[in-house]
Amino acid sequence: MKKTIFAGFGGQGVLMMGYVFAVAAMRDGLEVTYLPSYGAEMRGGTANCTVVVSDEEIFSPVASSPDYAVIMNKPSLLRYENLMKQGGVMFLNSSVIDRTPVRDDLHNVPIPANDIARKLGLDRVTNMIMLGAFVAKTRLTSLESIMNGLQESVKGKSETVMKLNRKALDRGADYVLKGTPP
Amino acid sequence: MTDKVLMRGTHVIAESAIRSGCRFYAGYPITPQNELPEYMAEAMMAIDNATFIQAESEIAAVNMVLGASMAGARAMTSSSSPGISLKQEGISFLAAQELPAVIVNCMRGGPGLGNIAPSQGDYFQATRGGGHGDYRSIVLAPATGQELADFTARAFDLADRYRSPVVLLIDGMMGQMMEPVVPPEFMDEADIPYRNWILDGARGRPSRIIKSLILDPAKEEEHNWKLYRKYENITKELQITEAYQIDDARLVVMAYGTAARIAKGAIKRVREIGLKVGLLRPLTLWPFPARAVEDASRFVKEFLVFEMNTGQMVEDVRLALKHRSEVHFYGRPGGVVSTPDEIAKVITSLYYRLHLEEEQ
Repeated sequence: MKKTIFAGFGGQGVLMMGYVFAVAAMRDGLEVTYLPSYGAEMRGGTANCTVVVSDEEIFSPVASSPDYAVIMNKPSLLRYENLMKQGGVMFLNSSVIDRTPVRDDLHNVPIPANDIARKLGLDRVTNMIMLGAFVAKTRLTSLESIMNGLQESVKGKSETVMKLNRKALDRGADYVLKGTPP
Repeated sequence: MTDKVLMRGTHVIAESAIRSGCRFYAGYPITPQNELPEYMAEAMMAIDNATFIQAESEIAAVNMVLGASMAGARAMTSSSSPGISLKQEGISFLAAQELPAVIVNCMRGGPGLGNIAPSQGDYFQATRGGGHGDYRSIVLAPATGQELADFTARAFDLADRYRSPVVLLIDGMMGQMMEPVVPPEFMDEADIPYRNWILDGARGRPSRIIKSLILDPAKEEEHNWKLYRKYENITKELQITEAYQIDDARLVVMAYGTAARIAKGAIKRVREIGLKVGLLRPLTLWPFPARAVEDASRFVKEFLVFEMNTGQMVEDVRLALKHRSEVHFYGRPGGVVSTPDEIAKVITSLYYRLHLEEEQ
């Protein structure tokens, strides 16, 4: 059973990341729960969601100690660092997070997601770059499944948009696997 | 086989209701269940004979449901704790007039306006009738996405079979959480059992009257006993539980809904360190599954009730146990959601305090 928290500002595509990942894992045949933060959320406020994937029944959808965290901004790092499971992995959007976690038992994977996105010419795919990096490292699902999940989640998007998303996923994956610079 | 879909709880209920023949919905917005009427509004637009109404108030909504039910529609309303309080008068009238209806309560922290976080503070209100007068509502407590789908379909059948309001008691977290779900099959409206009591025009037949004003105490008494006999039947026929690892258990945890999922996670953890702990989860809160509790008490002497309130279902557990076993309680009210780790600690400390690890 693997628990992941996706967190960032509202508008950074945090819930979308978690949702697409959850759909992909479900189509892979895994058990899945997706729990969004809810309440008086707004653009610019904080947003997060917890996705649990497992090959057996999932009991609690709440992440008491997540294995992974995909952190899009600094406030989320401050909030979730202490929750992480011992030896957990934090994927950090290093374009906007200018500090490293204090805990030394965590593995940090910095990804300059905004810089990579800007090179691709579209800030909005920052989340897909992070997701690509996350999937490449954790192998909880595949990039192909993510693309299928994306297709299912955003029905009606043009071929061009889907291609750009694919590119973003690949760039994120390449960055963490091969160190391809932005 | 129908494909699984990843859906949030509120949407699962809405889609399942429509597939189960629900053709009338009236409600008034309140967090954390707004996605339910939102989904209903859109989905019902596509169905010719379906009616969606955002009413002017909760009281209006429940009375519209009452009228639709009288006229023979499968009808539903939904709200969250403070809104459900407002609907109680209508629920009492539904019970008095023996009208089927499904009422979804997506519980939030209370009392009063409280907050919008998940809670289980409305157990008493739901299981004791809630409104005025001597009546009960069937109360179902699903805990997974698939159970939401299955129990929504079942709620409409039970409401029809017993001519009674049925409450789906969930909380804010179950409403928001997404899980893979196979929605129920689309029901053919022709398959809804014939009802010989609805008010659909008396041309060619004797007129029917549905009312709750019975001024003669002797007649009202008989009406109350009639309802009571119905509740006795429901109590006999409808007690649903899930038992998890209770066969060798020395301590049985009782919890429902979200609390049960957290407890199950905790039990899995303490089983890994060798503690013999099981879970008995009621899926019907009224009727309370007293039989299963009684059965378990034959071999388990310690029960721990965990609720997201200060102790409500624990009273039903005590009543069912009749002092045959000890009952302990742990609660987190006000919208706080425990983690499995926290409950595992509670279980572990109780387990050793009671010396359950020793040879018996």
